[in-house]
Amino acid sequence: MAPIAQELLDEVALSRAEYEAIIDRLGREPNELEIGLFGALWSEHCGYKHTKALLRTLPNTSDRLLVAPGAENAGVVDIGDGYAVAFKIESHNHPSAVEPYEGAATGVGGIVRDILAMGARPMALMNSLRFGPPTDERQRYLLNGVVSGISGYGNCIGVPNVGGEVVFDASYAGNPLVNAMCVGIIEGGKVMSARADAPGDLLVLVGAKTGRDGIHGASGLASRTFQEQAEMRSAVQVGNPFLEKVLIEACLEAIELPGVVGMQDCGAAGITSAAVEMAERSELGINIDVAKVPRRENEMSPYEVMLSESQERMLLAVKPGAEERLFELFEKWDLDAAIIGTFEADNRVVVSDGPHQASSTAVVTLTDAPEYQFSSPKPDWLAELQSFDLATLPDLEITPNEALLKLLASPNIASKHTVWRQYDHQVQNNTVIAPGGDAALLRIQGTQRALAVSTDGNGRFVYLSPRAGAAIAVAEACRNLACVGAEPVALTDGLNFGNPETPDIQYQLQEAIAGISEAASAFDIPVVSGNASLYNESAGSAVQPTPIIGALGVLENVESQVRSAFQDDSDVVIVIGADTPWDTFDGLAGSEALAVFHGEIAGQPKFDLDLEVNVQALCRSLIGRGLVKSAHDISHGGLAVAVVESAVQGNVGVTIEHDAAIYDWLPALFGESQSRIVLTCNRDVVDEILGAASDANVPATQVGTVGGDHVQVADVVNLPLATLADVWLNSFERVTSG
Amino acid sequence: MKFGIVVFPGSWSERDMHYAVADVLGYQAEYVWHRETSLKGFDAILLPGGFSYGDHLRCGAIAAHSPVMAAVKDFADSGGFVFGSCNGFQILCETGLLPGALIRNDHLEFRCEPGSLRVESSGTPFTSQYADGDVVAMPISHGEGNYQADEETLAMLESNGRVVFRYVDQDNEATPESNPNGSLNNIAGITNEAGNVLGMMPHPERACESILGSSDGNPLWQSIAVAVDGGKT
Repeated sequence: MAPIAQELLDEVALSRAEYEAIIDRLGREPNELEIGLFGALWSEHCGYKHTKALLRTLPNTSDRLLVAPGAENAGVVDIGDGYAVAFKIESHNHPSAVEPYEGAATGVGGIVRDILAMGARPMALMNSLRFGPPTDERQRYLLNGVVSGISGYGNCIGVPNVGGEVVFDASYAGNPLVNAMCVGIIEGGKVMSARADAPGDLLVLVGAKTGRDGIHGASGLASRTFQEQAEMRSAVQVGNPFLEKVLIEACLEAIELPGVVGMQDCGAAGITSAAVEMAERSELGINIDVAKVPRRENEMSPYEVMLSESQERMLLAVKPGAEERLFELFEKWDLDAAIIGTFEADNRVVVSDGPHQASSTAVVTLTDAPEYQFSSPKPDWLAELQSFDLATLPDLEITPNEALLKLLASPNIASKHTVWRQYDHQVQNNTVIAPGGDAALLRIQGTQRALAVSTDGNGRFVYLSPRAGAAIAVAEACRNLACVGAEPVALTDGLNFGNPETPDIQYQLQEAIAGISEAASAFDIPVVSGNASLYNESAGSAVQPTPIIGALGVLENVESQVRSAFQDDSDVVIVIGADTPWDTFDGLAGSEALAVFHGEIAGQPKFDLDLEVNVQALCRSLIGRGLVKSAHDISHGGLAVAVVESAVQGNVGVTIEHDAAIYDWLPALFGESQSRIVLTCNRDVVDEILGAASDANVPATQVGTVGGDHVQVADVVNLPLATLADVWLNSFERVTSG
Repeated sequence: MKFGIVVFPGSWSERDMHYAVADVLGYQAEYVWHRETSLKGFDAILLPGGFSYGDHLRCGAIAAHSPVMAAVKDFADSGGFVFGSCNGFQILCETGLLPGALIRNDHLEFRCEPGSLRVESSGTPFTSQYADGDVVAMPISHGEGNYQADEETLAMLESNGRVVFRYVDQDNEATPESNPNGSLNNIAGITNEAGNVLGMMPHPERACESILGSSDGNPLWQSIAVAVDGGKT
């Protein structure tokens, strides 16, 4: 027999060795349908072939953990007062590169259904976006398409979108990143499981009719690289947010019915992945009859039905006899639903088309995807970048005032309020701190509690030092929580990397996951869910390695929350985490200032995890004691940008001064050394704060006073607040409107 | 005092309205499914924001033909108080209970932001607990809130005091900059001729507690309760 054509294997992203392994396991050649099933389930997207071993090393225990990582569609943590939270981040990078509006919209839809599957009401969305420079017309097209897609879908489903990040770097020009996070709340411990109870349970499909859209989304788009992504446009699904909204309400009612025992979303690889995962979790087999699947197109083959990624569909496991009331409920919501299969005791996946059996395989044969382990050395080019001498940069021919204005206008630093105002961030009446704060804060109705959420990632740092950079992403996401007063309780990670079959990317992956692990352990919180998006490359060039960390925090008393805006004249400014406000040359590594003024991405970001943990604990404790009037972490653009942001938000000036002289203003003002937070307080509690810092072994120093209508930093910066506000608030719109 | 809150497939303000009137203010409130044909027992009907029936065709167009809206029409015709915000306002215009239409925002974007409104008339059953000229904070969240009407209708609305809320700036001026969507005369909310139906684009139900940024929406519900039975819960 002739060997299988390479083309056919490429279409489902299976290697020849993997194909041989399939023959070995089956004892025969797979048929066409089976090639599709294996291609989907063994895809990087579903099978985590290159990341599974690494992900196992992440911290996965906590007293708060109700559903362990990987056990279900999303991890679930207890947040007290009888409430639990399910949350997860997921990427939709490749679809968004091909078709930005629908790619981003269906990314939102998909993550919402993951959370819904846990029996949780989706209560907040966030997203983390990466593009090439917005001065380029194509990048603006992608940005506008993605933002419109998130807005168009998210606003329609009644879930507030409370912020996130938008970051630009040339490495993302050919491959934007679109990561969406959803947070859902579960009352009274009623966590849903994506499993059936016993043989004979029915498999019910509800929601959209199945069409030919999105076939090969998981195995094709998300699991290999393309020269021409446009060729894959047909693999992008089209979303219907109205249907999603109806599905949310109907499913939340459905799980209250007796006999509805399991729920699962149809995401990547459609019914294939959803049904087989349910069977695997249930330790049962599953018989599926594709002829029973409601369709919107004629003459679909079993292959097409099984691999369609039509959106807005959920699967339910239902006890026999319970289906009648369930179907009445779905009829009330005008939803199509059908029994498409049954769970069986035999641990096999059997797919039929009416009377014709199309495939029969053991569950484990399909789900036990190969696992690739690697240990790749540090690339030489990285060592060279890290040894870049930041102290010998050429002098700039601009003044510190001009430099500050230029940085504030940088698309990475300028306020993104023109993006966030396109998202409904208030629906559900819980949003206490809206997009633009360090973290978003959502109160839990009927309690004193609030949830803080944040996403963070810094591709440049991870590129320059994968381990430190990834640990910094965890730290920064948690620091954002600390700045509103909340304690971190769990993390989710979106891993965006290039082709994992190359040693450099393997090195980035192994180091970055180690960094996440170290930081999560230091904060003593688990990584409860996540997603790996690999093959983020275009024309042979990978994106900067970009783990995006979503952090969830709990604030026991919502009234104690603090914001980033400066409050009142004469309040005192204190920096915790450093004994001088002025940063050093080390802080320029991977900084925005280095990129903007010197066109370099170089150096080695430094990070002290122990200091970080102490700084955050101190910040939370000071806020909890009611001593703090504003808190803002120092990140992109360093101290100078941090104080301008707080000043503009509070509509009040500030003077920063210190005994130490400034020798080199570029690092002093704009260095991005970690573990630093700008606090303000009443004058009469300064000593108390400095004393608490000393007790906590955290350096802290009084650095200035709030007031006036200028921002003044030592004798190097002095600009009117109105000028700074105009540049920071309006530059992004100026750039993105072309 | 019992509010009926209509739920269409695709509504998303109904729970927020319920929270504002029942949890915050203590009035009775019940949901009314879009297929209902009777509104017996309710003192006022609220039409929520959202995307009823996906806003297919035009915003509110399909909802206007739902069974419940026939009942809402009868309810309004017999003097009952009917309030709609956001999609609810769009539905009231599509149903013909209010004049004019809401079209795409002039800048073509969805906009969710704090809103500053001037109370133009406290002489309605929806605004008696405000004072004329009060500036109140209520957020907006819509893509199609651009109020349009022909010249004659507009003149009639203005001269009869039927423009109840207007978008204003921090100096209480109705300027082009304070107009978030291109509405004629900065109109944010209007009543019908009889004064028992109010539609507005901003969301009073989101301005129900200071922790959320404003509680300026509460007097609107309290006004309705006063009009119904003197304000009893």
